[in-house]
Amino acid sequence: MDLNYSASELDFQARVRAFLAEHLTADMAARTLGGGPASVADIRAWQGLLHAHGWGAIHWPVEFGGLAATPVEQHLFQLECALAGAPQQVAFGVKMLAPVLMRYGSREHQQYFLPRILSGEHWWCQGYSEPGSGSDLASLKTQAVRDGEHYVVNGQKCWNTLGQHADWIFCLVRTDTSAKAQRGISMLLFNMKTPGITVKPTRLLDGTYEVNEIFFTDVRVPVANLVGEENQGWTYAKYLLGHERAGIAGVGASKRDLLDLKTVASVEQRQGRPLAEDPEFGRRIARVEIDLLALEYTNLRVLSAKDAASITMQASILKIRGSEIRQAIAELTMEALGAGALRFDDQGAEHARGVTAAYMNLRKLSIYGGSNEIQKNIISQSLVGV
Amino acid sequence: MDFSFTEEQTLLAESVQRYLDDRYSFEARKQWLKAMGDGAAHSPTVWNELAGLGVLALLVPEKDGGLGGGAFETLVVAQALGGHMVVEPFISSAVVATRAIAMLGTPEQRAQWLPAMAEGKAIVVPVLGGTAASTDAAVTATVTNDGWRLNGKARAVYHAPAAQAFVVAARVAAGEGTADTLFLVSANGAGVQQTRYITVDSQSAADLAFNNMEVAASARLGDGDSSTAIAALADLALFTLCAEALGSMEQAVALTVDYTRNRQQFGMPLARFQVLQHRMVDMQTHVEQARSLVYLAASLIDTGDSEAQAQGSTSRTQAVAAMQVLVLEAARYVSQQAVQLHGGMGVTDEMAISHHFKRLLATGLRCGTAAQHLDRYAGLTAA
Repeated sequence: MDLNYSASELDFQARVRAFLAEHLTADMAARTLGGGPASVADIRAWQGLLHAHGWGAIHWPVEFGGLAATPVEQHLFQLECALAGAPQQVAFGVKMLAPVLMRYGSREHQQYFLPRILSGEHWWCQGYSEPGSGSDLASLKTQAVRDGEHYVVNGQKCWNTLGQHADWIFCLVRTDTSAKAQRGISMLLFNMKTPGITVKPTRLLDGTYEVNEIFFTDVRVPVANLVGEENQGWTYAKYLLGHERAGIAGVGASKRDLLDLKTVASVEQRQGRPLAEDPEFGRRIARVEIDLLALEYTNLRVLSAKDAASITMQASILKIRGSEIRQAIAELTMEALGAGALRFDDQGAEHARGVTAAYMNLRKLSIYGGSNEIQKNIISQSLVGV
Repeated sequence: MDFSFTEEQTLLAESVQRYLDDRYSFEARKQWLKAMGDGAAHSPTVWNELAGLGVLALLVPEKDGGLGGGAFETLVVAQALGGHMVVEPFISSAVVATRAIAMLGTPEQRAQWLPAMAEGKAIVVPVLGGTAASTDAAVTATVTNDGWRLNGKARAVYHAPAAQAFVVAARVAAGEGTADTLFLVSANGAGVQQTRYITVDSQSAADLAFNNMEVAASARLGDGDSSTAIAALADLALFTLCAEALGSMEQAVALTVDYTRNRQQFGMPLARFQVLQHRMVDMQTHVEQARSLVYLAASLIDTGDSEAQAQGSTSRTQAVAAMQVLVLEAARYVSQQAVQLHGGMGVTDEMAISHHFKRLLATGLRCGTAAQHLDRYAGLTAA
């Protein structure tokens, strides 16, 4: 065992740092670190910058324009980007759809879509959940009926993340209503400007608009936009969900949030002294820092694992602990403000801005992407197996 | 970054595992314990067999005739011993006392003790004072005409009844201040009194009282102030206890999974109930998080404390403190829930699970509380 980064990993880290130092502007970093909703313009600009310098999708194979970065290198990239305040890449294209297209997509799909995902020209969103199909995704009802060279799509999606800015959507639809739940599902790709699509943003508890309801009324999608084979969509969806393990723990984001917590605790005063000097609060910070340290090394263990067998269980453990730890940091940061956390406009003290909103917003972490309870069911299948 | 064990480490783990499966099953362990209840301090048979496997020579340097192993070899052996709840003085003698003599001993002290310890012919037990887990009372040393005089008490010194010698940490008044130093003294010499008993986890131990114990100048282990070495030995002891606890926790989870899969209620196995499935997932999650910090501690345990800090990364002391917090919390959670999921059977003496419960309870008591280690970590990290 060697728990130090190798020379080539350290070299990679140094190159990421150099790139960030040169190309991430102070303005952009300040906006990202300042909390609140990400700037759409920044997200687009950042993907363009990454692409221009060869960092657009580092985990992709070289033949598609990636760097074939190892999982540990991907971890380092995310860590450095998060700490520096780089906008988060939209995962739906580069991390979720792209691996599916590389594995199951046609040559035409690969040639047309992959370069546009890489450059940021196409912003992708995901059409999975429906009002009646959340954790039980396979019960989805949005229907696609074949009509000549088109599918005609009718139905409704929800919890669609950032789709109001998206150019394209990959969507799970039912193409065989007679088959058992998982068997009759297909994956379609379509342009968000196709007639018959209505996007209705959902106002969230922190006042932001991150997710949408999407309504499909007789949306005509060319048959050529079917991924792989008809009625095999569940296989692709599972491949997509199981593919991304480098970022699932969110170690970089939690490390950045922990630094923010320490700043808040050093600025906030209690009885004439910084809150950070209060032993009780200091213990609570230390406790979550230890959890994060363990998470980081569990993450690295999973990323370095050579046998894929144990990874499903471990990935779910990372998702559960990663979300809980980041939520705990957000909660502590809010508590550090005391009554200062009540003010909910953007005119309060600088260190207090966005803290309460972030606490509320991050409740989503243990719900989306398979709720933590679903993750426990997944772990249980490996661990208990009945 | 590489989290794989070497081929040699894997072979070592497998050979110890095979031996214990064969000779130290839960049923066989009862027989070893029964013999101990009759007055034996440990099992010379098992100890000799462990020596035969090379386990006792692991931390003896090659130049002293040993295997020159390190933290990860120690880890895999301790994990296996913990999984079988072995009551032999591996940590005391083969790890901590061996390391103390190897690190600080004169050529004479090394030659006298290390080969004998590696062969299982001598057992030496550390008495590290307030820095380690075993005791809360300090021993003091004062200079005499031809050596030193030791006074003080030490509580719950594991395996003391089996020891030929102790490595005692004592505080010495030196000029204006104090220094900590180690002495290698006879366990049965005049001036040291043992009150012997069996601990809650069925191991032999003693409370020690040093009353004007006269020791020769040559009994000193190391020169001058040895506080740095003592701190390193204490961290090594804590690390190895945690590695053992990891093995015990792994077994506790496995036994619980097995039990709930087989026990039928309401016409189905208990393991079909989601509330129990999720409880076992929580147990496993604790184990995995604890394991990560045991590995991290292993990678730092052989480094001086200032080395890692100079590189701006986690220091040995921080890593050990963080490991303690998580392992002790995990040990409590896993052992309590393992008993809970065994239902009434969990609180009988009959099943292995209650013995893992007691082993993990004792580990916690030996290491100190999670709260103490959290303070140690917090104090160290306050910038």
